[in-house]
Amino acid sequence: MAKGLRPSTVPLSEVAVSKTHGEDSPYFAGWKAYDEDPYDAVTNPSGVIQMGLAENQVSFDLLEEYLEEHPEASSWGSGISSFRENALFQDYHGLKSFRKAMTSFMEKIRGGRAKFDADRIVLTAGATAANELLTFILADPGDALLVPTPYYPGFDRDLRWRTGVNIIPIHCDSSNGFQITIEALEAAYSEAEVAKMRVQGILITNPSNPLGTVMTRSVLELLLDFATRKNIHLISDEIYSGSVFSSTEFVSVAEIVEARRHEEAERVHIVYSLSKDLGLPGFRVGTIYSYNDRVVTTARRMSSFSLVSSQTQKMLALMLSDTEFTERYLRTNRERLRKRYEFIIKGLKSAGIECLNGNAGLFCWMNLGRLLEEDTRDGELKLWELILHEVKLNISPGSSCHCSEHGWFRVCFANMNLQTLQVALKRIKEFVDDRKPKN
Amino acid sequence: MNPLNHVGESKCSDDPYDRVTNPNGVIQLGIAENRLAMDLVKEWISDNVKASLIDSDISHLVPYHSMDGLLELKMALAAFMGQVMLESISLDPSQMIITSGATSAIETLSFCLADPGDAVLIPSPYYIGYDKNLKWRAGVEIIPVPCRSIDNFRLSISSLELAYNQAKKRGIKVRAIFLSNPSNPVGNLIDRYTMHELLDFVTEKNIHLVSDEVFAGSNHGTGEFVSIADVAHTEGFDKSRVHIIYGLSKILSLPGFRIGVICSFNENVLQTAKKYARFFSVSVPTQRLLVSMLSDVNFALKYIEIKKKRLRRMYELFVEGLEQLGINCFPSSAGYYCWVDMNNLMRSNNEKGELELWDKLLTISKINVTPGSECRCVEPGWFRICFTTITEDDIPVVMERIKRITENNKG
Repeated sequence: MAKGLRPSTVPLSEVAVSKTHGEDSPYFAGWKAYDEDPYDAVTNPSGVIQMGLAENQVSFDLLEEYLEEHPEASSWGSGISSFRENALFQDYHGLKSFRKAMTSFMEKIRGGRAKFDADRIVLTAGATAANELLTFILADPGDALLVPTPYYPGFDRDLRWRTGVNIIPIHCDSSNGFQITIEALEAAYSEAEVAKMRVQGILITNPSNPLGTVMTRSVLELLLDFATRKNIHLISDEIYSGSVFSSTEFVSVAEIVEARRHEEAERVHIVYSLSKDLGLPGFRVGTIYSYNDRVVTTARRMSSFSLVSSQTQKMLALMLSDTEFTERYLRTNRERLRKRYEFIIKGLKSAGIECLNGNAGLFCWMNLGRLLEEDTRDGELKLWELILHEVKLNISPGSSCHCSEHGWFRVCFANMNLQTLQVALKRIKEFVDDRKPKN
Repeated sequence: MNPLNHVGESKCSDDPYDRVTNPNGVIQLGIAENRLAMDLVKEWISDNVKASLIDSDISHLVPYHSMDGLLELKMALAAFMGQVMLESISLDPSQMIITSGATSAIETLSFCLADPGDAVLIPSPYYIGYDKNLKWRAGVEIIPVPCRSIDNFRLSISSLELAYNQAKKRGIKVRAIFLSNPSNPVGNLIDRYTMHELLDFVTEKNIHLVSDEVFAGSNHGTGEFVSIADVAHTEGFDKSRVHIIYGLSKILSLPGFRIGVICSFNENVLQTAKKYARFFSVSVPTQRLLVSMLSDVNFALKYIEIKKKRLRRMYELFVEGLEQLGINCFPSSAGYYCWVDMNNLMRSNNEKGELELWDKLLTISKINVTPGSECRCVEPGWFRICFTTITEDDIPVVMERIKRITENNKG
């Protein structure tokens, strides 16, 4: 507690004191353990290796190179007027040049298979803000959003905390690679009805976090059909779309919308950010792309509470409009992620550990089910704690992602260098070899 | 969204005044932005190119950082604000949260201090943005506490008491008092005595006090700016109910960079606001640029001094110009605007008359100003007119434009 403060008797709001921020979950507790004892190859070789943070560090050098070769990206030149415009610019529309650059980048990611209109882009300070904003707009307190499990633990906070909206899980399991089925969708919808909650939409993450897989075209069609039938929204969080290992495998909901000639498009909204694909989480750049005019207008106004710095917009506008750079970046980034993925899969396999067949993202979905002492949530958490405190690896337990099966873990592989990854794999192998396998 | 605001804004953006290229365009006097010392900021950036460039070793810029702002920025801001406020207080970086603009700071405090349906008392006239910032997502109601010209638009504790009791009778829970100091749109500075009374009041009712000090550093007349933190600090009050908002938009003329600050002495509020910070976090490269700029003590002092001089000059010229047209301004001590009494130009002494006059000013004089009714002023005829987005040479132009109306209204 800061010096001189006494515990206060002045009451705070209910939201402020609630636990809905979810920061007490193991997902966040592991980060603490890492912060207290972080691995360093030289100074702390027995420290905790962070494998719970989905950050992309594999392509930094490309960004550095770009900035070195293009100092104009971050300076204002000699004219005062361009600086003044930039410094004063707080229009929640966002810089047109930046919005255009974003749409062009998003189109590149999708191999030109979808077109985006710069006037439908709303800028927010990160995807976190974008998801919360959409929830505020599309749902009222007490309403529900359907979200397929396993899902990003942050959603519990981002979609529910200040909005008062509920998440009803669409249960997915390993029997079909954790894909969404119509039965699971219907079941989730009914669950909401029974609880007397109004379902306002479905929120998917595609490519999926934590699974590291893309959704198939048929599942996307299924989702849009269902949303149409129930007259609800479909939000597609596509922040990992540029991190698909093979450029042709990703199908965006935008492609489905275009194939249907924009019929029912007004219920579709896409969230994107530069934090994962471009490895720039510190820049706080997120976006909502909506096919619904009213949502665009309202989101734009609401974005006043989380605007992106004009200086940052200007800098990135230049970089993202540089087609030579973006094409090369996307291509190289994909290739490096694929190599990393293959490396970790191979390493885990040699330790006798299987993962879900992944084709995207900054992590793999690892199955340690056979190492559980009991096939329960407690059993999984016990194993997680063991791995954190003894093996000194921070990985994310499936239960914090609301996975209905026990023993799955998300392991990030892009937020460290190759040597560190090798050390981590070595530790895992030793751990597995030492442990008596479950019968 | 306020429709009047819209109309004025769009007329300004469709037909913007420029002394050379569009001398008949609409002059924007409705935005309280300070452009008087922008050249100094620009100059700093050109002289310190390296600091302002994104370091090519970007590895320290790109990863996730603490969402509530870099410690270096908090420290630089604390030191800078100390200089702005003539070291009347010293801010503690560990009690600061950086937000993406003061707008976000205000909303965040609303989420922390009140539940949907609860209310806060705000002396009126007040900044029109509060309606959106408190009500829209946080669902907090505003109960205006009218201040009148007869009291020099000063807040009286008895009217606060009255408003509080009326709310209680209606079953509404009042959670805080929100006020701006220096005040927007009037430009008053709150004196120490009133602050003591305010602190007594909130302590007695066990509610919070939020002081929106975004216009700190804009005092151009006599009268000393005193931050609420100063009074709360020296007099041994329970500071855990006091929260302050700052922003670089006004102080450093950098609204585009989106930097706001919450200062709180309440550990619970700080912890909660920290958790909210991920929803409004500020870009790291922007933060680093500001760390360099604000840590340059010579620049900071020079900037503050020159800005103050220019502000005083503009205020005096503007007030004088209006006086020559027979229009009186309230004697403000601070702010980037004049609080102008245009009663004798209205056809009828009511809100309708005020809006008619506003419309005439926009369509005939082609100046965009803010009518008092938009600020919830209970007395018709008052207008907020900003003078910091124009230069000295534009002042005679503005006065000529206003003459188009005063000539017609003679008698």
